[in-house]
Amino acid sequence: MKRHLISAADLTRDDALLILDTADELARMADRPIKKLPTLRGRTVVNLFYEDSTRTRISFEAAAKRLSADVINFSVKGSSVAKGESLKDTAQTLEAMGADAVVIRHGASGTPHRLASWVRGSVINAGDGAHEHPTQALLDAFTIRRRFGRGVGATAAAGRRRGAGSGGPGAGDGALDGLRVTIVGDVLHSRVARSNVLLLHTLGADVTLVAPPTLLPIAVDTWPCTVGYDLNAALPKSDVVMMLRVQQERMNAAYFPSVREYSRRYGLDVARMGQLPEHAIVMHPGPMNRGVEIAAEVADSPRSTIVEQVANGVSVRMAVLYLLLGGAGAEQ
Amino acid sequence: MPSAHPPGRGPAGGDGTFGSPELGDRKTVLEPAEIRRALTRVAHEILERTDGADDVLLLGIPTRGVPLASRLADRIEQVEGHPVPHGSLDITMYRDDLRLHPARALGRTEVPAEGIDGKIVVLVDDVLYSGRTVRAALDALNDLGRPRAVQLAVLVDRGHRELPVRPDYVGKNLPTSQQEVVRVLLTEVDGEDAVLLGRAAPARAVRSQARAGGDR
Repeated sequence: MKRHLISAADLTRDDALLILDTADELARMADRPIKKLPTLRGRTVVNLFYEDSTRTRISFEAAAKRLSADVINFSVKGSSVAKGESLKDTAQTLEAMGADAVVIRHGASGTPHRLASWVRGSVINAGDGAHEHPTQALLDAFTIRRRFGRGVGATAAAGRRRGAGSGGPGAGDGALDGLRVTIVGDVLHSRVARSNVLLLHTLGADVTLVAPPTLLPIAVDTWPCTVGYDLNAALPKSDVVMMLRVQQERMNAAYFPSVREYSRRYGLDVARMGQLPEHAIVMHPGPMNRGVEIAAEVADSPRSTIVEQVANGVSVRMAVLYLLLGGAGAEQ
Repeated sequence: MPSAHPPGRGPAGGDGTFGSPELGDRKTVLEPAEIRRALTRVAHEILERTDGADDVLLLGIPTRGVPLASRLADRIEQVEGHPVPHGSLDITMYRDDLRLHPARALGRTEVPAEGIDGKIVVLVDDVLYSGRTVRAALDALNDLGRPRAVQLAVLVDRGHRELPVRPDYVGKNLPTSQQEVVRVLLTEVDGEDAVLLGRAAPARAVRSQARAGGDR
């Protein structure tokens, strides 16, 4: 595994499975009276958030604290960034304070990559512009694995190690081979979509994007997935449907005629949910626009994994922090 | 990230140098029948020392402590007629040498639902060497609850302690040199029962390497 986690594409299948297996074991700890491990004692994790965030920041903070790391929260409001300090100067400040890991969210794509060349510690991308959000993809994969009973934890891990090679497709190694995942909505502005396509593809799932043509990025034909425009056609063939938030704050042009029309064509309401196979689940990375991309009845239905996704986020981020910081330090 | 896999996993045993070409001669120090007799004796000793094993909980340390704990529980049940709870206690996150190696994959902690409070916990491991694994296990137990007492059962005690740790039950005392490697093979994990003793190749005879092979 690399020293930084910047893109879901950096993860090999084995890396991703190791993270998910580790998260599986750590999730079991959530039922214990003492939810704390001494593993990262004396290490410092800085949360550097240039954009607003609720669940990701809290999730990273909880994860680091459960591993006994010291957490420094840095939000742009009230910091020297408001006085015009550059990212590089901020990075050098963090470096001088001895940060072992920097969790960064930034509005500009590529910021974590740039930061990684300035600090000695590990850089973890917590969302950069419309580029990537790898830990969200990992927690989505983790949630899918649990719901479909593929997360067999240590058993799968041991089997994989014993098995020849690095576990071919369909080896029953806890991957997502053959699962059909449909990602619906504002792909253009979504970092979650890109990370999920890359990671789910690595794990063997078949990913389909469904969106209005205006909300698909230009080079989407180079992504490892298929693209469609008709949600009704895609739903009966989906094991997982992932609804993306319509990111109106990033929209500087008219991407669709009206919110109502978007909702009619690409929103998931109760009638559409009825077209899904019996076992299918509904995901949403949050925060939701209820009534736009997802109806309230769907979001609160037993098929929805939205609350589970948040809970799983802590376990997955603990696994990432442990694997990046817990050992002697991986190769560059 | 294959380097992140823990030692002692898989038949070649991670860092355990058995099976790797650089390891020289190796000899079997315990045959399957001897392992069987040693475990039977240890089971009886546990029964005696704990007055019938009423409050006993056997916790194996992954990887090979877990099947050993299960075998001891079976034997105690055969003698006493009541089942003995057993489980596993992963110590990876409590190790003191985490920063000397790449991050390791985690084992499983599985403690019966009634917990460990008030129990006599018997920790079970395959090889006792430096004692550092046991120290980590004591820390891990501390986060799970407050047992009435903690005891230690090992299949092989090879000496060379680095901490004030003493086993309560020993299957076999095996005097070794620090250049040697002790490997325990168990049917549940490796497909056969055996305890092997070999000499690490000179290049790998560093203390930490040898320890990784014998005493996780």
